[in-house]
Amino acid sequence: MEKNALPSTLIDLKSCDRSFHEEVNERSGENVGLCWHCRTCAGGCPYVKAMDYHPHAVFRLVQLGLRKEALESSTIWICVSCNTCSIQCPAAIDIPAIMDALRHMAVQEGVKIAQPEIVKFHEEVLGSIERYGRTHKLEIMMRYKVRMRQWFKDMDLGLKMLSRRKLDLKPSKIDRPEEVSRLFTGSDKDGKR
Amino acid sequence: MESAKKMDFSYFPGCSLATTAKESNQALIEVCEKLGLNLIELKDWNCCGSSSAHSLDQKLAFRLAARNLSLAPSNRPLLVMCPSCLHRLKLAHKVVSANPAARAEEEVRWGRPIDPGLKIVHFFELLSGIEPSRLEAALARPLRGLKIVPYYGCMLARPPSLRKERNYHGLIEKILSSLGAESLPWSFSARCCGTFLSAARPDIAVPLVNEIIGGAVKAGAECIVTACAMCQLNLEIRCTLKDRIPTLHFSEILALAFGAKGSKTWFRRHLVDPVPLLKAKGLIRSQADEKRTSSSISSFLVI
Repeated sequence: MEKNALPSTLIDLKSCDRSFHEEVNERSGENVGLCWHCRTCAGGCPYVKAMDYHPHAVFRLVQLGLRKEALESSTIWICVSCNTCSIQCPAAIDIPAIMDALRHMAVQEGVKIAQPEIVKFHEEVLGSIERYGRTHKLEIMMRYKVRMRQWFKDMDLGLKMLSRRKLDLKPSKIDRPEEVSRLFTGSDKDGKR
Repeated sequence: MESAKKMDFSYFPGCSLATTAKESNQALIEVCEKLGLNLIELKDWNCCGSSSAHSLDQKLAFRLAARNLSLAPSNRPLLVMCPSCLHRLKLAHKVVSANPAARAEEEVRWGRPIDPGLKIVHFFELLSGIEPSRLEAALARPLRGLKIVPYYGCMLARPPSLRKERNYHGLIEKILSSLGAESLPWSFSARCCGTFLSAARPDIAVPLVNEIIGGAVKAGAECIVTACAMCQLNLEIRCTLKDRIPTLHFSEILALAFGAKGSKTWFRRHLVDPVPLLKAKGLIRSQADEKRTSSSISSFLVI
């Protein structure tokens, strides 16, 4: 049978990336191989409905060396690291640590990001930390809404929060902002982001 | 109690308590004062990195937390209120205390020593160490059967590397019951609130928040008491149910019970107004009562 005649649900083991599993283990400090797919993580996860693969299924992709599928999954971005899964995992796998490693690899390898709106939000938060050393929520949300072209979404909520003084107009800055900003530029910057 | 020597703590407020949850910050400071604890804000603290730093850049997340550790004086424990900041700071501290080379590198980076023995404590740890009799002695306004459900969110869920630390589940209900509230059983005390998805994917956060608040209403609660400031905000801003109840910070309700002065300004900062409930319960006075008593000597008496 010709390769392209295979149904898409079949996995061609010849095209699997054997180094991927090792790389994820090394970056996360965990052992993805410990997962035996009991699905407890998926049972407890509050976000599982919004994910394309259940958490353990992402680990299966890693075990099988399916790099592209794992790094392009929405699961790695939907996961908020609430650790509901890792306290229930019978193998005591630090599941969010593995998700972190996959997120870093996805960004560094420049694959197609399944949830760009979430990455953009993280980037705005980090931008605020770079500028002020702390997060300025009003500016983060305004810049984020502009970037997402959601001009009026949550406008009423923002105004309500402003009227209750939940949002500060001015950022709270640290006294030595260069100590923090140099982590983002210069010699202290680590890797591509 | 006032004459006793106050115990000093360095205090890391974090971005939420410094901005969106200022009311929890003020309440915490007043509660600590009533309990004889002196909070000294960590000078020039920076954001712990929160979810965004560790999601995109592990080293950045570690270094942001390490800078805060380098700012903490070694002669007193570091008190942290936000569960997320607590995790970030504890994880970084675990690395620097177990790995002298990593610690040395951070000490060079920040030009300040980092104490490998620094004690990092959460507000819950602090409270659990206080004698119940001291809490009862500080009680100025019994909570009069206020029906609460305790909400811990994901703060009690921890990565396996921090799993062997003590768990404080049950502390909110234990303390508030001893102060006169009635704590009700319910199913969502440890459900995650949606964290940053409340901003980036509200479509995912809204049903979660509705499930939590709907569960509290069904349990018969009059209000939800939260351990985490971000949970508190998410429950207030992302609930689309018609039938909703106020969400109060644990620090706020403690401060109320201890007769703290500042509560009037805090309650104005809520998006779901807790004032009608607290008035109906006789826990705060209406403005008319305030006016009536303000001109008389009785205004100096605590209710």
